[in-house]
Amino acid sequence: MTTDLGIWAVPLAVLGGALRVSTPFLFVSLGECVTEKSGRINLGLEGTLVFGAMAGYGGSLLTGSPWLGVLIAGLAGVLFGLMHGAVCSLPRVNDIAVGIAMMLLGTGVAFFFGKPLIQPAAPMLPAISFGGWSDVPQLRAALEVSPLFLIGILVAVLLAFMFKRTRLGLIIRMVGDSADAARAMGYPILPVRIGATAFGGFMAGVAGAYLSLYYPGSWNEHISSGQGLIAVALVIFARWNPIACFGAALLFGGAGALGPALQSVGVTSGYYLFYAAPYILTLVILFFTSSRNRALDGAPRELSITK
Amino acid sequence: MSEMQSTLPTSTIEARRRPFLGEVARRRLEAILIPLLALIIGLGLFGVFIALVGKSPEAFYYLVYRGGFGTWFSLQNTMTRTAPLLLTALCVALPAQLGLIVIGGEGAFVLGGLAAAATGTWLAGAPGVVGIAAMALAGMALGGLWIGAVGALRHYRGVNETISSLLMAYIAIALMQHFVEGPLRDPASLNKPSTPPLPGNFRIGDIPGMDVHWGFAVGVVACLVAGFVMSRTTFGFAARIAGGNARAAAVQGLPVGRLILAFTAAAGAAAGLAGVIDVAAVQGSANASLIAGYGYTGILIAFLARQNPLAIIPMALLIGGIEAAGGLVQRRMDLPDATVLVLQGILFVAILVSETLSGRLLPALGLTRKGAP
Repeated sequence: MTTDLGIWAVPLAVLGGALRVSTPFLFVSLGECVTEKSGRINLGLEGTLVFGAMAGYGGSLLTGSPWLGVLIAGLAGVLFGLMHGAVCSLPRVNDIAVGIAMMLLGTGVAFFFGKPLIQPAAPMLPAISFGGWSDVPQLRAALEVSPLFLIGILVAVLLAFMFKRTRLGLIIRMVGDSADAARAMGYPILPVRIGATAFGGFMAGVAGAYLSLYYPGSWNEHISSGQGLIAVALVIFARWNPIACFGAALLFGGAGALGPALQSVGVTSGYYLFYAAPYILTLVILFFTSSRNRALDGAPRELSITK
Repeated sequence: MSEMQSTLPTSTIEARRRPFLGEVARRRLEAILIPLLALIIGLGLFGVFIALVGKSPEAFYYLVYRGGFGTWFSLQNTMTRTAPLLLTALCVALPAQLGLIVIGGEGAFVLGGLAAAATGTWLAGAPGVVGIAAMALAGMALGGLWIGAVGALRHYRGVNETISSLLMAYIAIALMQHFVEGPLRDPASLNKPSTPPLPGNFRIGDIPGMDVHWGFAVGVVACLVAGFVMSRTTFGFAARIAGGNARAAAVQGLPVGRLILAFTAAAGAAAGLAGVIDVAAVQGSANASLIAGYGYTGILIAFLARQNPLAIIPMALLIGGIEAAGGLVQRRMDLPDATVLVLQGILFVAILVSETLSGRLLPALGLTRKGAP
């Protein structure tokens, strides 16, 4: 049963889509924000995301608990993060290139072990309904929110607080801004960076579990379409600010939901072009926020990508 | 000068006086030894992985040898698979000469294929040579524009080329699918949306006496030309200087911006040409089969070749052979098709980790003294 909303169905579907689609962007970008603040960039989060989707789905299937699945996905992400962090700590090893390799490795291992998981149905994560007050079914559907989305908002606030007000946040920022200064102060640079990359891996693993256990809510080899990578670009757009990451994730979620929303009201021509909207948006944003001559405002100064 | 030397530690002076190997020889030897070592270690680690999942590594290596290199039939199959990889690897290696990491070759590849199919359909009825030349030009032009734009974004706006090229790959794939399923769709293609089939005289045939299409020869020649340009021309020399230190190159009056545009455009043209070849020699029309990951495999090959255009040829044959053997391995050993991806991922990580050995491997083996220049 649906109420005829006419053209209003599109913004409503975009809103609902934004809330659903933005969560993986939010988790990956928050994790990557911490990694980049410490002076490293991990492009391999795309592979971690796919592996997390597989591990989360498999974990939920085997244990019967979707939340254990999320935890397993996060821990698998930690392993990938530790591997990236450790390998990049060797002299002369390029973190961007290692990220590309980890993207390939993570995806490959996920597909390898994920083959038998495509058929069976794993228990899904529950949703919290915020639309009970409304009679419009589309609105109620749009306001079905995953608890992970709310946890993501909480993590964004906590990270912002950590960077501004805590000793740990200050150490991470210092290691990312000037390794020399951190060394002079006696802080261990490599452990901080490896830890920050492991945290990024954890968040990307959880984001993957969200994909396979909530929305779209299945495991297959097309589960991710570059969300892990877009999220890395999104951190640049958000100027390494966790709260801004949340806003950026919502914006990208909305852009990603545009194609399916238009399709749901019968606009099918140019579907692929709408599907490309988040990528085009990212590119346009990068164009306007980058600069030829100076480093980006707020960029960690040890970051290879902005040096 | 003599004052400076006297302040150096004695061991350094000794090493300078009696170098076991000259600087150039040491670099060349390392450039071969280190990737070789990384390949062996990577293959070994993959063997451990295969053993851990309960299969026989020996059987795997043997099947890869049989399916990729062991017979004339499998070798020809490997060369056919290698053809697009040679060109997509160049799409990574050329910008890398300037220190840029471009990973969006897949986008230029599918657009090259699309441009070839559109041009071929449009020119139907023209002589074969004209049609093939126009298709190649169109594909190279569109691919060149696509990756050239990545270079321009980098040079004029400081947009990171790694991220922008990958975003543009996703956009290119969406564009290709839009045209193949919309404006350029052949109404007769029901189950698999495709552009109309190319006229027969626009198809690229096999090299005489072989079961391998001309695309392989084109790819090898492209790598040889790129190698020649890099090592034997002032243009390549300028690029190597700019890649070493862009600021110093600009101070010397080298046109860094034009070099970036030229190299990224050439890179895109190479990947675009690979797409043209895939359409004209293999697919016969543009369709979703173009999105087969050739662009991404090219990244791996370029890094395995340490961005050296000539080294791309053996590395592309190696990876092409492993991929060609994939089907046989899958059937005989009951392994998922992603096995090849896992192997590629492990090799990729191994080769990157091995970079840390450069300048340290030979001293460790006792072939040169520690601290030798």
